[in-house]
Amino acid sequence: MTTIIVIYSLLAICLAWSLLKSRQKTKQSFKVAAMALWKMAPGLLAIVGMVGLILGILPPERITQLVGEEAGFLATATAAVLGAVTLIPALISFPLAASLLRSGATVTTIAAFITTLVMVGFVTAPMEIKALGKKFTLLRNGLSFIAALIIAGLMGVILG
Amino acid sequence: MNLIKKFKAPLLLVLIYLVLAILWPEISGRSAKVAIDYLREMALIIPPVFVLMGLLEVWVPKEKIKKLIGTGSGLKGFFFSFLMGTLPTGPLYIAFPMAGTLLQKGAKVSNVVIFLGAWAAIKIPQLLVEAEFLGLSFTALRFGLTLTAVIVIGFILERLIKAEELPELQAGSNIPGRTFGGSRKSRPLVN
Repeated sequence: MTTIIVIYSLLAICLAWSLLKSRQKTKQSFKVAAMALWKMAPGLLAIVGMVGLILGILPPERITQLVGEEAGFLATATAAVLGAVTLIPALISFPLAASLLRSGATVTTIAAFITTLVMVGFVTAPMEIKALGKKFTLLRNGLSFIAALIIAGLMGVILG
Repeated sequence: MNLIKKFKAPLLLVLIYLVLAILWPEISGRSAKVAIDYLREMALIIPPVFVLMGLLEVWVPKEKIKKLIGTGSGLKGFFFSFLMGTLPTGPLYIAFPMAGTLLQKGAKVSNVVIFLGAWAAIKIPQLLVEAEFLGLSFTALRFGLTLTAVIVIGFILERLIKAEELPELQAGSNIPGRTFGGSRKSRPLVN
């Protein structure tokens, strides 16, 4: 909800400013936006489909089963991979992580899950490649995955 | 025909949903529900973000972006990229086209990585929810470590990626008569 309010207020301010300065340029901005949206539409729709599919096959309860009761490196690795391939809105992922913690998952596992979830995007990679290039995408996601494992390990040592 | 080719990925997914609906209706029902919820959320967030991107593209001159977050922008560039990323503005995939525009306008690779990293992992409203569910020490530690990681990754990418390896201008590159802001009065619209 805050997100929506912030975006629309930002848009209203910028749009008002733009309209005051130049109608023509404002129109042009809309044209640019429409073209970009049309270009990105297949990718965005594919993301919607993939998110649904993944969460349909792997509902939160199933994820709990997969990484909840187990401990050790395997659980952490599984959590990291699950975080990388799934795309769960942050507001759902934190309660999920908390329930994982309650059902016996270690801090390391939870940290790996949350960190890859926010930093690595397998489903969104095609879109990232389109906007930022293949090399950028592969390096950013690959390094983020490694970083997530290191962060998870450190957090386990410090908090565990 | 072209349209089918353009939308082949979503169409393929629709096909998978249909097959699932026949074989495992339970899974497809759950998936469809999630997908519809998600679509509804995207329909609210995506249009304003793309219009903001259009405004950025049309109004903010290249030199301005270069000065703010380009090579030689130093610490100021870092803070600015970080702040832009922490604004509560929705999921990461929306940031990609935005980041693409920034890169093409001369932003430094490391600053774009920091922008994306902050956008993904260091959102203020998100941190509040995280602290509520996972505790303050978990949240603070993850924040610190993630920020460090994002900065390190930014520097690595900066070293490894050359300008030629970045994709060409995409959004609105071939709009006739496009002129950049030009006037010194135009301000960045993203902050």
